[in-house]
Amino acid sequence: MWIAIKLAYRNLVGAGLRTWLTVLVLSFSFVVIIWMKGVMVGWDHQAKTDMTHYEIGGGQYWHEAYDPYDPMSLYDSHKPIPPEVKDDMERGDLEPALIIQGNIFPQGRMMPALLQGIRPDQTLFRLPSQSLDTLTDAIPAFIGAMMAGSSRLKVGDRVTIRWRDAHGTFDAAEILIAAIFHSNVPTAEASKVYLPLDRLWDMSQLHGQATLLTFRDSQADRPEIPGWILKPKGELTQQVDELIKTKSVGQTVLYAVLLLLAMLAIFDTQVLSIFRRQKEIGTYIALGYTRKEVVGLFTVEGSMHAVLAALVGAAYGLPFLAWQARVGWTMPIDASQFGMAIAQTLYPVYSAGLVVTTVLIVTLTTALVSYLPSRRIAKMNPTEALRGKLQ
Amino acid sequence: MDIIQIKDLNKRFPMGKGAFTALNRVNLQFGRGEFAGLIGPSGSGKTTLLNIIGSLDIPSDGEVRVLGHSVGSLSQKEAARLRREHLGFIFQSYNLLQVHTVYENVEFPLLLLRTTPATRRRMVLDALDWVGLTGREHSKPPQLSGGECQRVAIARAMVKRPSLVLADEPTANLDAANSHNILRTMETLNRELQTTFLFATHDDKVINYLHRKVFLLDGRVDKEETTQSN
Repeated sequence: MWIAIKLAYRNLVGAGLRTWLTVLVLSFSFVVIIWMKGVMVGWDHQAKTDMTHYEIGGGQYWHEAYDPYDPMSLYDSHKPIPPEVKDDMERGDLEPALIIQGNIFPQGRMMPALLQGIRPDQTLFRLPSQSLDTLTDAIPAFIGAMMAGSSRLKVGDRVTIRWRDAHGTFDAAEILIAAIFHSNVPTAEASKVYLPLDRLWDMSQLHGQATLLTFRDSQADRPEIPGWILKPKGELTQQVDELIKTKSVGQTVLYAVLLLLAMLAIFDTQVLSIFRRQKEIGTYIALGYTRKEVVGLFTVEGSMHAVLAALVGAAYGLPFLAWQARVGWTMPIDASQFGMAIAQTLYPVYSAGLVVTTVLIVTLTTALVSYLPSRRIAKMNPTEALRGKLQ
Repeated sequence: MDIIQIKDLNKRFPMGKGAFTALNRVNLQFGRGEFAGLIGPSGSGKTTLLNIIGSLDIPSDGEVRVLGHSVGSLSQKEAARLRREHLGFIFQSYNLLQVHTVYENVEFPLLLLRTTPATRRRMVLDALDWVGLTGREHSKPPQLSGGECQRVAIARAMVKRPSLVLADEPTANLDAANSHNILRTMETLNRELQTTFLFATHDDKVINYLHRKVFLLDGRVDKEETTQSN
């Protein structure tokens, strides 16, 4: 085998430009596939991290009637905070949230809004909840950048909100926008107004009640609580996984096209080699190679393109991939309109597994594509090959 | 002792609905250290016979034994082994590996024999010395003249010190001076190393050097001549 490797290397390097053009095309496939997969992993990582920091923590208990896709369910989805979680809550490892339906009236327009009560001293989310801890004649509130964009509200603006309390009575008050946050998590930002939890309890007449209980530690065992449904972190981020899976399928088509281009170059080189190098094939046989060994030599030669491509790809790809991991890739269109947890700039994340898998897949595909045309050698007549006669 | 024994050899090639007979009841023997040639016009069967002796082809009928091996019954692997260990080939158009250097071309048969690097180096340099190419190790075939290319081919054929060298029209692409040079080199190697040389040729320059001449005509042995070695 090492003889074949040695000869294949000599043949490839000796072939000069033809080899390096093929190697360049193949190395481009390596770098692009690793980069694109890295962007996907980076997006997955960013989406889940942002969701953890702004929305779901380490997992949640949902009130049994709560349905995030049905606003009408909010009328019934609240009940007293269960005693089982009181200790966690006191330690700050669990945050209750009450969500009620309401309306907001920016510049005289009416917009539906979800009013979410949150404790100002919470440390579980990266939300600017400390901005709620202020003395003002209006109710302090903060909103996300998406909500600020659609309502055209700024920090310091005052705006009227309306809600219905537990007894069905409509009431209204003025809120002061104390802060606006950016999270990349649309469900944490869109149509949501965050208020101090105790003020929302007063406003809704739902003292001590919550819709969601978010805990910090995703690893700890959580008890079943009657009337509450445990939603582990994995389940809450499942949507991201499915979305990325869908996107990955689309990307796979692109990888396939890239690989196809590279493989076409290899296949073309191999077919050309076998036709142009008949005399050489005959010489190998005359000097003591069997036809199978010549097939092996040509297969190794073709496969070696992938090895050289990995080296060439590493030479220019590593600096490029490292630079991308540092500065990220900024999407050319506004990502906030996508309706999913996606940052405007994605930072690719590359794992050793990703690199090894890509190199293996490309190398094995190259070996297969090199072998297929080389099989023709096994049927060659060596005496005619020696004369360079096309077979 | 005969290293080639040919008995009632026939070789036919399919041609249309029939067959073309390239060799017809050929009977020959060649001993160790002979400097012999198969002589005849184009189509007389000399290259076909050389290919069968070189185990690159098989007889249709009859038997060809080379160094005790019956060529017709060898598997591909056994035939490759016979060529690798005992036979050297010299071709009309040199058949050098174009992208390899002179050194690498000559080294190739030794790589197949898995010779150690130190031995390999010594043997390659010796072979290059025999053919007067010392100092040209790093040149590649496109940088060499026809005569030099054929010298490389001889070095490649001789480097493993084979029992038998088969040379098919080795001077066909060379001028007179180069042809004589090449032939003198081969004759010296034949004398010093006792390697059997078997040529296929119709070149008078080669014929004059041969110690034994086997004339072929239409696939048959027409006549034989033996001359005293120089």
